[in-house]
Amino acid sequence: MAQGLLRFITAGSVDDGKSTLIGRLLYDSKTIFEDQLESIEQASNQRGTDGADLSLLTDGLRAEREQGITIDVAYRYFATPKRKFIIADAPGHIQYTRNMVTGASTADLAIILIDARAGLLEQTHRHSFITHLLGIKHMVVCVNKMDLVDWKEERYNEIVDAFRSFSSRLDIPDIKFIPISALQGDNVVDRSDQTPWYEGPTLLHHLEHVHVAADRNLQDCRFPVQYVVRPQTDAHRDFRGYAGRVSGGVFKVGDEVVALPSGLGSKVTSIAIGDREVDRAFPPQSVVMTLADDIDLSRGDMLVRENNQPESVQDIDARICWLGEQPMRPGIRFELHHTSREAKAVVKEVMYKLDINTLHRVEDDLEIKMNDIARVRIRTAAPILVDDYRRNRATGSFILVDPGTRLTVAAGVIYT
Amino acid sequence: MEVLEEKKMSEYNLSHLDELEAEGMYVLREVAAQFERPAILFSGGKDSICVTHLARKAFAPARIPMPLVHIDTGHNFPETMQFRDDLVEELGVQLIVGSVQDLIDRGEVTEEKGFNASRNRIQTPTLISTIESHQFDACVGGARRDEEKARAKERFFSHRDDFSQWDPKNQRPELWDLYNGKCQPGEHFRVFPLNNWTELDIWNYILRENIAIPSLYFAHEREVIRREGQILANSDFLNLRPDEKPETMQVRFRTLGDLTITGAVESDADDLEKIIAEVAAARKTERGGRMDDKRSQSAMEDRKKEGYF
Repeated sequence: MAQGLLRFITAGSVDDGKSTLIGRLLYDSKTIFEDQLESIEQASNQRGTDGADLSLLTDGLRAEREQGITIDVAYRYFATPKRKFIIADAPGHIQYTRNMVTGASTADLAIILIDARAGLLEQTHRHSFITHLLGIKHMVVCVNKMDLVDWKEERYNEIVDAFRSFSSRLDIPDIKFIPISALQGDNVVDRSDQTPWYEGPTLLHHLEHVHVAADRNLQDCRFPVQYVVRPQTDAHRDFRGYAGRVSGGVFKVGDEVVALPSGLGSKVTSIAIGDREVDRAFPPQSVVMTLADDIDLSRGDMLVRENNQPESVQDIDARICWLGEQPMRPGIRFELHHTSREAKAVVKEVMYKLDINTLHRVEDDLEIKMNDIARVRIRTAAPILVDDYRRNRATGSFILVDPGTRLTVAAGVIYT
Repeated sequence: MEVLEEKKMSEYNLSHLDELEAEGMYVLREVAAQFERPAILFSGGKDSICVTHLARKAFAPARIPMPLVHIDTGHNFPETMQFRDDLVEELGVQLIVGSVQDLIDRGEVTEEKGFNASRNRIQTPTLISTIESHQFDACVGGARRDEEKARAKERFFSHRDDFSQWDPKNQRPELWDLYNGKCQPGEHFRVFPLNNWTELDIWNYILRENIAIPSLYFAHEREVIRREGQILANSDFLNLRPDEKPETMQVRFRTLGDLTITGAVESDADDLEKIIAEVAAARKTERGGRMDDKRSQSAMEDRKKEGYF
């Protein structure tokens, strides 16, 4: 049985044990190597910490080592016989909201840590909201440092109840709660003796078994053309194939398809992954398709089904997270990148900014600065082919690129 | 009804190798689509061989639409060079060689001296000079995030300024699979399609896809010397200390770099299955055998900032 892949994000602040939790997962799943352990033991001794400080495993860059904080998303890998895991380790401070948004954009699941002594904090709200905004369907709330509240079930239940009442406002269908001590390893990989009242799985067991395949959109056929393959060799003189990654639905050989924006119809004659012909393609496979007719089709266009098409829009209602260090200048013509398509775009209106700690709308200060989340109306110079982000992450998301610096300055999700 | 649904869903599950492959092919196609003068950095090691294999699959039945670039230290394992030339011929792609020796001869770089002398550090100016003379705007490499802690924050499209420098504290955010390949004239990108792969993934993929790799990766008898806990291949390029005596051992290499710095491990893994078993059980990271990383805690970060691979 082949291993599947689970991508998850961990969000947290310096003190809530996020790095320790990741270190614990890596350590207990035997992913840490001797030379890495030696190196962190040395560093721990220099700092005067007791034993190996597992959190040092995840602090990569020198600046972070010096300041003792995580300032960028770092990716970690471990595997068990059941699954391979990719952890996006994102810093949790408000000034790093953009990093959490980045890490969340590719995650299937989010782990939120709550310090059992402190209960729900502003950052708990912020991290949960970003999880919701970025369309992550699975969340694990780890109530950490349970050893410091004497493993009291009442304290755990209080936190669970408070979180449930807050999260009812968010669209996260699957939320799991687990009482843990990352420092001592309780309920992370091995079941704890301290929590006879807890009947759920350990964190790792849950990560191994949570069902995420159903999150992929297998209904709406979307194939953004990424690259046209034209060998122009003697063996393949007339070959013209459309390379891309399936963003939604299942394409089969023989299917009638429509090319957008031209609206021309054709039929899929072959689907291949490298030299291997397959009879169907589904997300997130990268394939080459050939069509029965020689229609005009190039990068930025999309193959779909006649009776199920994305919306073709020039006016977009979107939530954006501002990533740029400079505030947004009104009237700038950005380059909007959406699937394999680019279009010039202008932010026509800032409807409101969101206070992501309280989830209140801010309407009196509409200047968009780094880490702000805002609801905006955008006008594009040419139509783009979109779906609601909650239905399809690939066709519902975009980035804005500054025309001068060429930097990625905003990430956006589209609600239709 | 629910059972039926689940069965239908599992038909559309991908193994993690399939998913990593799909991601790598997607990244390579973005490179071909977004850049005018892309290239693949080819060292002859297993990671760049995997990148090349992904490129072959991404553009089939066409040829790989970008050249392979080899930064040649002159201190090569002969097996690697033969392997490189055979692969280039089979693929029908262009090979561009950036020669460290040429830069030394032109006086643009100075060679290190002494027993631990290596040409590792002067590969960087050679690479940069090759990028500049061919005006490459994207160089695809086989680096992986799991290799070393400075690499854990690497992007897929990693921006380099006009001095080829990496600024790890000011990286572009990278969201979903929307890779922004826009830059100013003179700047370029390093692109890493294998970012999310681990060493074990590479080996399992080589096995699954039946990819040819240099014989050096398999256990063989070789004349070696032991130095500071390392096992180094004996060669004309290695300066022996008076007390060092070559001996013959059964070894294999976990990474392939410059002859003078690539440490071997004692091993009897002479086929892929045995290598995978060995890697899965290994208790040291693969770069644990590399003298170049041993110089300091942030040796890799420092070299990467300068423009190293």
